[in-house]
Amino acid sequence: MKPAPFDYLKADSLSEAAEALAEAGEDGRVIAGGQSLMPMLNMRLAKPSLLVDIMGVDELGRIAEEKDTIRIGAGVRQAKLQAWDGLSRHLPLVAAALPWVGHAQTRSRGTVCGSVAHADPSAELPLVLTALKGGIVLRARRRTRTVSASDFFLGMMATDLKPGEMIESVSFPKAAPSTGYAFREIGRRHGDFAIVACAAVVDASEARLAVGGVADRPMVRTLPLPVSGDFDDALNEFAWALNARDDLHASARYRRELVRRLGRQSLEEAARCRA
Amino acid sequence: MPRLTSGRRHTVRFTLNGRPVSGEAEPRMLLTDFLRHVIGATGTHVGCEHGVCGACTVRIDGALARSCLTLAVQAEGADVRTVEGLAGADDTLSPLQEAFRQNFGLQCGFCTPGILMSLDALLQETPDASEEEIREHLSGHLCRCTGYGPIVRAAVAAARSLREGSHA
Ligand code: FES
Ligand code: FES
Repeated sequence: MKPAPFDYLKADSLSEAAEALAEAGEDGRVIAGGQSLMPMLNMRLAKPSLLVDIMGVDELGRIAEEKDTIRIGAGVRQAKLQAWDGLSRHLPLVAAALPWVGHAQTRSRGTVCGSVAHADPSAELPLVLTALKGGIVLRARRRTRTVSASDFFLGMMATDLKPGEMIESVSFPKAAPSTGYAFREIGRRHGDFAIVACAAVVDASEARLAVGGVADRPMVRTLPLPVSGDFDDALNEFAWALNARDDLHASARYRRELVRRLGRQSLEEAARCRA
Repeated sequence: MPRLTSGRRHTVRFTLNGRPVSGEAEPRMLLTDFLRHVIGATGTHVGCEHGVCGACTVRIDGALARSCLTLAVQAEGADVRTVEGLAGADDTLSPLQEAFRQNFGLQCGFCTPGILMSLDALLQETPDASEEEIREHLSGHLCRCTGYGPIVRAAVAAARSLREGSHA
């Protein structure tokens, strides 16, 4: 199908984009790489009256290394992050997850922030952002606020983004010393959305597991270390708490089993990387 | 840039396979439709029109892109390459195209333009791509005819002939 009519504004600056979005309110949408929004427009699941293209805004195209975080602007394409030379050193979990995000042919256009804004419950980038306790900077005309990933994702393709706001950047905490990270996913084909994806972070005091593809948003829980006696029960309880459902791709039972298996594997791998 | 209003046509200009082209498009017009219906370059195919099948894959400023997920107005000023640009000036097939022909890499040909563009980009960036890398790259495309085997064989053969420089 073809999109319904809309006005198109290619913004030259962040303030111009914010201004136009404020004016349009609920009817305005940001377009960046277009890999999530364009299918919605083509299928007329979204019918904005204004599209604000932010890919011409230079300041949004940067990957910035800050003291404890890596800040990724709204215009940074997934392929650019994948090719960034600091990636495996500072963001090993993101490095492990990126090859699972769509295909080379979509990563070359799709942005990191666009995937976060779309908030598909089985998408990898929202999952690793949640696992790492990252943050999202939301820009409105006269105001900028920062929201943690765990507060940002509210449900299936629902976020805390208010009309007139846009994501300016996301920030991922840098890899911490003696912390291990691992990522595992099962999908129908490589590049398809995950049936279950697991992101694990293990440090000296805790083991954290984030699961995507099962609940209506990425879910995270602190678990005992895999070597401990109560690990299996805790993981099993988490798998049930995600309220898996049957759908076309997999049964609820299969999903729970994947959470238990991939959850254990990823936490064990993260613990090994730490050592 | 000024706001382009809906329901009106606006001039769009870009370079297509090295030659300047221009035409009129509403903001909502997809690059696929602009290429096929406005410019008349029908080599780029449209399968699903929502980014899944890969038939419409082109290159925009060097990077692979689904042209069904790109607005024509977003291509303004860009360097766009499509399957029409692969063959030599005198219509000699590129090594990749020749390998498709030799290895039965296409049957109905619907998926072929997108797959050729993708593999052309892969072999440019990674001339020694392994079969595994080729298969992973092909995961961004659907082919309903070949079962992919002949496509993989064609890509492996093309990589070999490019490396050996047997096609000048
Ligand atoms: S037509 Fe563009 S991906 Fe299928
Ligand atoms: S040759 Fe027919 S779809 Fe690929």
